[in-house]
Amino acid sequence: MTPDFGAILDHLDRYVAGALLTLELTAISVAAGLVLAVGLALMRVSRNPLLWMPVYGYIFFFRGTPLLVQLFLIYYGSGQFRAWFESVGLWTLFREPYFCALLALTLNTAAYTAEILRGAIQAIPYGEIEAARAVGMSRALIVRRILLPKAFRFGLPAYTNEVVFLFQATSLVSIITLMDLFGVARVLISRTFASFEILIFVGAIYCAMSYAMIYGFRWLEHRWSGHLRAMPGADKGIAAR
Amino acid sequence: MEASDSFFRGYGWFFWEGLKVTLLVAVCAGLVVIPLGLLGAWGKLSRNPVARGIANLYTIIVRGVPELVLIILVYYGLTIVLQIALSAAAGEEVLVDIDPFLTGVIALGTIYGAFATEVFRGAYLAVPRGQIEAAKASGMNRSLLVRRILLPQMWRFALPGLGNLWLVLIKATALMSVIQLDELMRKTDIAARAVREPFKFYLTGALIYLGITIVSMLLQQRAEGWANRGVRRA
Repeated sequence: MTPDFGAILDHLDRYVAGALLTLELTAISVAAGLVLAVGLALMRVSRNPLLWMPVYGYIFFFRGTPLLVQLFLIYYGSGQFRAWFESVGLWTLFREPYFCALLALTLNTAAYTAEILRGAIQAIPYGEIEAARAVGMSRALIVRRILLPKAFRFGLPAYTNEVVFLFQATSLVSIITLMDLFGVARVLISRTFASFEILIFVGAIYCAMSYAMIYGFRWLEHRWSGHLRAMPGADKGIAAR
Repeated sequence: MEASDSFFRGYGWFFWEGLKVTLLVAVCAGLVVIPLGLLGAWGKLSRNPVARGIANLYTIIVRGVPELVLIILVYYGLTIVLQIALSAAAGEEVLVDIDPFLTGVIALGTIYGAFATEVFRGAYLAVPRGQIEAAKASGMNRSLLVRRILLPQMWRFALPGLGNLWLVLIKATALMSVIQLDELMRKTDIAARAVREPFKFYLTGALIYLGITIVSMLLQQRAEGWANRGVRRA
């Protein structure tokens, strides 16, 4: 039972390629999800039921069902409407696991992030909005100068958890044949049978990258809260969402 | 169930079969999560550096590594460990085929035990110190203090966190389909492929998960109401 380090050392280039795809999927879906989430959160706090009700349903669906089901719904489910997708010219996108994975991850993180932002927006003292109105700010200016900056700062600790979870959840894309870090690990396990060594190796990489992200966000939190420094620090580590 | 049967081409009962396994594996994992979380919280709050170190290492690893990787690690790990142990005992090569249900309970229990550790730690810290001092001053021994003062109040503080964990745990059971456990996700998958109407089947599966979430949230509300029955509300 000597460890088979060859299964790791001989394929380092493949692990690197896998890790890069993992990071790429994380970065793109986090960025796209954040943009989407800002719009969704603003709609969610609106008093107009035509705006907040569909968003409420969207957030509830994506937070209440497993990401794996969402991934299959988009990747395999789109096949049921292949003729329609072909007629509108979208089939070239939906037949690609890469696109479907990005779409599922983006829609999923947008729902969680919108909920975080909603909580953060509702935590803003109403007096600040009133004050902004009193000095004659327009709605758009209030959103830009008061609402969003405060919401981002309030929501940052919870958002850190969300980003780390999304990063870890990208490992699911290996199930729809993508060669991310875990996909590479699965292929090499079936080829070398060094299951333990490979799993512990990729597990350690995921772990190191997760904590690197957490410390990166902590630093950001520190930077953004300079004027509030005396307040007790926000949360510690990752809590379950 | 005639109507649903023609709608799902005779595969409607697949959902029911899958739902039963999903709930069973989640409940069994939940029964592992609670003691493990209490143990982890005790370790984290302990003055013993070894206990503290082990508890910290446990939560750091589990929270840093994706669930899917841990599940597969437990799957292979259990197989190999049992294979070596049984082969040594039998004196010959024994091939072990590990039960995916057992793997699921152990893997999910271990993963969410780490998150429950944080929940219970927070709940312990939320109990006012003065009450613990008062219990000690009135001569309660440690086990009585835990049983009469700590646990009854910790439940109240832990319930929101535990309810949240339960919702995440239910969704995580879908990952068990990867190790061929016949739970809701895998049953849905099999039916979707057989009938070739993937969207309809995956959407139904998704809505069933959503149903579990809604029922769980309602139960959680009642449980929190019950746990807080002695607390006066403003």
